[in-house]
Amino acid sequence: MNILIKNGRMIDPANQRDAIQDIYITEGKIAGIAQAPAGFSANQTIDASGLIVAPGLVDLSTRLREPGLEYKATLTSELQAAVAGGVTSVACLPDTEPTLDEPGLVEMLKYRAKTLNLAHVYPLGALTTQLQGKTLTEMYELTQAGCVGFTQADQPIIDTQVLWRAFEYATTFGYTLFLRAEDPFLAKDGVAHDGEVASRLGLKGIPSAAESLALATILRIASETNAKLHICRLSTAEGVTLVRNAKKQGIRVTADVSIQHLHLTELDIGYFNTFAHLRPPLRTQRDLEALCEGVKDGTIDAICSDHTPVDDDDKILPFAESEIGATGLELLLPLSLKWADAYQIPLSTVIQRISTSPANIMGIPAGRLSIGDAADIVIFDSKTFTKIEANKLKSMGKNTPFLNLELPGQVEYTFVEGQARFSRL
Amino acid sequence: MFNPQLNAEGKLKHLLSIEGLPKSILNEILNTAESFVGIAEREVKKVPLLRGKTVCNIFFENSTRTRTTFEIAAKRLSADVLNLNVSTSSQSKGESILDTVNNLIAMHADMFVVRHYQSGAAHLIAQHVPDSISVINAGDGRHSHPTQGLLDVFTIRKFKPDMHNLRVAIVGDVLHSRVARSEIHALTTLGVPEVRVIAPKTLLPTNIEKLGVQVFHDMKAGLKDVDVVMMLRLQNERMNGAMLPSSQEYFKTYGLTQEKLDLARSDAIVMHPGPMNRGVEIDSAVADGSQSVILPQVTYGIAVRMAVMAILASGGQA
Repeated sequence: MNILIKNGRMIDPANQRDAIQDIYITEGKIAGIAQAPAGFSANQTIDASGLIVAPGLVDLSTRLREPGLEYKATLTSELQAAVAGGVTSVACLPDTEPTLDEPGLVEMLKYRAKTLNLAHVYPLGALTTQLQGKTLTEMYELTQAGCVGFTQADQPIIDTQVLWRAFEYATTFGYTLFLRAEDPFLAKDGVAHDGEVASRLGLKGIPSAAESLALATILRIASETNAKLHICRLSTAEGVTLVRNAKKQGIRVTADVSIQHLHLTELDIGYFNTFAHLRPPLRTQRDLEALCEGVKDGTIDAICSDHTPVDDDDKILPFAESEIGATGLELLLPLSLKWADAYQIPLSTVIQRISTSPANIMGIPAGRLSIGDAADIVIFDSKTFTKIEANKLKSMGKNTPFLNLELPGQVEYTFVEGQARFSRL
Repeated sequence: MFNPQLNAEGKLKHLLSIEGLPKSILNEILNTAESFVGIAEREVKKVPLLRGKTVCNIFFENSTRTRTTFEIAAKRLSADVLNLNVSTSSQSKGESILDTVNNLIAMHADMFVVRHYQSGAAHLIAQHVPDSISVINAGDGRHSHPTQGLLDVFTIRKFKPDMHNLRVAIVGDVLHSRVARSEIHALTTLGVPEVRVIAPKTLLPTNIEKLGVQVFHDMKAGLKDVDVVMMLRLQNERMNGAMLPSSQEYFKTYGLTQEKLDLARSDAIVMHPGPMNRGVEIDSAVADGSQSVILPQVTYGIAVRMAVMAILASGGQA
């Protein structure tokens, strides 16, 4: 099968390309750029005039809810959401039921995902058994089964001795640790940023220091152990500064932020809107500006969807009892484009933050359009606005604070390994 | 964001919190309450304003006092009253808050009086009831207790009619207090120029000064020359732990004694939302003393709750 994508504006940050160029695909791989490979005759030609052609998006934080939580979402529904959103690879979190802490479970998930023929699934394995923060998992075996890194999801490791050893063991094999920085004691029972809004609404707060204290600890351990550390979902100005300084000191650290945190603040909780119940909590305008600056200057390497589909029963509750999270795979591109527009960020930088850079952090061959690479490609219209509507989202989770908003960016085609896994028409 | 408490004409639809209500509506409630004060002294303590209506008290958290005053208020307006103590019934069987409410909607209740241990519960219920039903928040978590805030300012108005020339101190556990939040909003909306909060740092919410109050940690400095002292209840579970070392030390530092009260203006009044912990936040001699208006607060509470119900039942018209 030979496919020609012609006349599109091809943006490929990995190869510093941003130009109107044609792409030639053969046998699921990119066979030529600008110039047809010898003997190429297209079975299918896509005219991408006026559209952007970019490497498929790569998401660092997706909850697929399988196994065990199929009433919230299924592998099928969420991977359909992924390709509808132009996302061709996802790193999924291990906080499922059971926890992804055994090689067999990871193999099963990888196999199930593969048979669906939608997006690539790259599991993040549990760093400790059942995420309890006590016993290390079989990281070598889990990596053999397909894990691309290890994480505690939202669970803490309270014992710093265990944390230190987890760093040492993972580093022995060169594995990356994906950790979210939050002091479990300062964050205990907290549901919103500890500030004016939480005080007014009578919600228990999570102070900014919960992030910076934990971050200082894990950055110090990373420095001592020379580990490869990825900080998940920064939320505070102080956190951005700590990561910026750590990078200057040569600590091997990368970081991401959720797309929600580049748009919203504590004020968006409004009258107890549980769709704005997120973790880390939405913080202040000052924090938001620092996060934006961090993404701009590269302190924050990647933007993630933090995709967390939640069913209505778990959202239509008093704020503190509602389940945390927002659906995000189908909003990652539109919200990133809207953000780029507001902060005058070049499109190539945005693509870098939602595709190239996350692929590098996961260590997977994606996020670029080089000859010989798998043809994971998104073709989108960056100018057309679409309304985010619950019944149009493919994800089973309809929980997003952006419902009914008009956002830019309409995905026309999503190719995975040279197959159109999504097309709008 | 629309204001969930008002209808399209800007009239009161639900009473969920003081915050967000204009001064005119607060005054309307207080003035209406004024006309209900006398009813309790009549031989027939009833008016027919809510005849044929059903008021449902849904209490997800135990309360005797608040529930009783709402019940009396509804009955004096001739409503039928249904009391549902959910903390001991269906919620322990796993029924969700909305399932409970939907059952009561099916029984054709006209007004819900809701107390819940979670902040925002009354807002949640108000979002999911049909248009014909009004919701009154009788306390949600740490967020709001609007009828308490209203009855407190009603009491202040009775004893100190010039609201624009007052200094008010709120003393105690502001952090966990829905009463304090409601009092602050009521006082600032009605134009009280100086509202103080007095508490140790462990019992104050972050950025509380943003609500328009002055923060004091020293009780003696905070009480100086105030006209009104509003004491807050200290919950038992806060008395020994990481918030406070002991109730004895709390009484010494933040308990209201006559000696400390003498720093306030000589005609200052003392208030407390009840139930009181005598010897913890307030000395018995002060609670029962000549400056105390704690029992009038209870009496006025019924008139204020009658006023709220009457206004809601008439579609927001006083």
